[in-house]
Amino acid sequence: MEETVYDVITAVLMLGGALMSLAAAIGLIRFPDLLSRMHAATKPQVLGLLLFLLALAVEFRSWKLLPVLAVVWIFMLLTAPVSAHMVGRAGYRTKHLRPELLVIDELDDVVERAQRLLREAEEEALEDEDDDPRVDDDPGHSYTGELDDDEMLRARGTGAGEALNSDAQRPGKNPEG
Amino acid sequence: MMSAAVVAVSVMLAVAGAGAIYRIARGPSILDRVLASDVLLAIVGAALITDMIVYRNLDYLALVVAISLIGFIGSVTVARFVTDRR
Repeated sequence: MEETVYDVITAVLMLGGALMSLAAAIGLIRFPDLLSRMHAATKPQVLGLLLFLLALAVEFRSWKLLPVLAVVWIFMLLTAPVSAHMVGRAGYRTKHLRPELLVIDELDDVVERAQRLLREAEEEALEDEDDDPRVDDDPGHSYTGELDDDEMLRARGTGAGEALNSDAQRPGKNPEG
Repeated sequence: MMSAAVVAVSVMLAVAGAGAIYRIARGPSILDRVLASDVLLAIVGAALITDMIVYRNLDYLALVVAISLIGFIGSVTVARFVTDRR
């Protein structure tokens, strides 16, 4: 009598675990994209495994077996999220998802902000390149800090600016040339 | 009663394994295949436990422990090096 009860419990637990595996397979086949398939794939890894391990424990009814089964389940709980996280992250980064199926994409704002910051940083770097002191970006200017007004007028009148200009264009003096 | 349940469990596990293999073969991306192989590994573990229950031995217990310990390494490795190519 007691044996029959334990057998029934074992059979029910095994059937539950097998149903989880079957649900995962059906989900893998029928779901439309990677993220929804990931949702289906976790069933046999966690709940299905737990049901099968409980079935094993009920069938053998041995205290020595329990720590091993606990270790199996705990390590499955620890490692399944790691692989799921890595797969999900790689899938999101390589656009293995269909955005029209998402109700909400909570990473959207973050990605947008990060891209804007990156763009701004790049533009700033470009401007910094323009400010490079070794490159004469605006050849028409004269060094007013060193000259008074008369000297400036004289320099402009005699075309010294253009002379300076052509100096800067010569390959020998051009720092980038 | 017990044997009927075992047959039902075996058939369900076989169908589930076939579905996972179908997704491995079909793709379309490497990540789908990795995910399906993870599921196939869980199904294999379940089949091992079923075998232990039916034949009342503990031969595969170490194998089940090993699956739960290092089964994630393959998918983590593949996901780490996946690129934009489909």
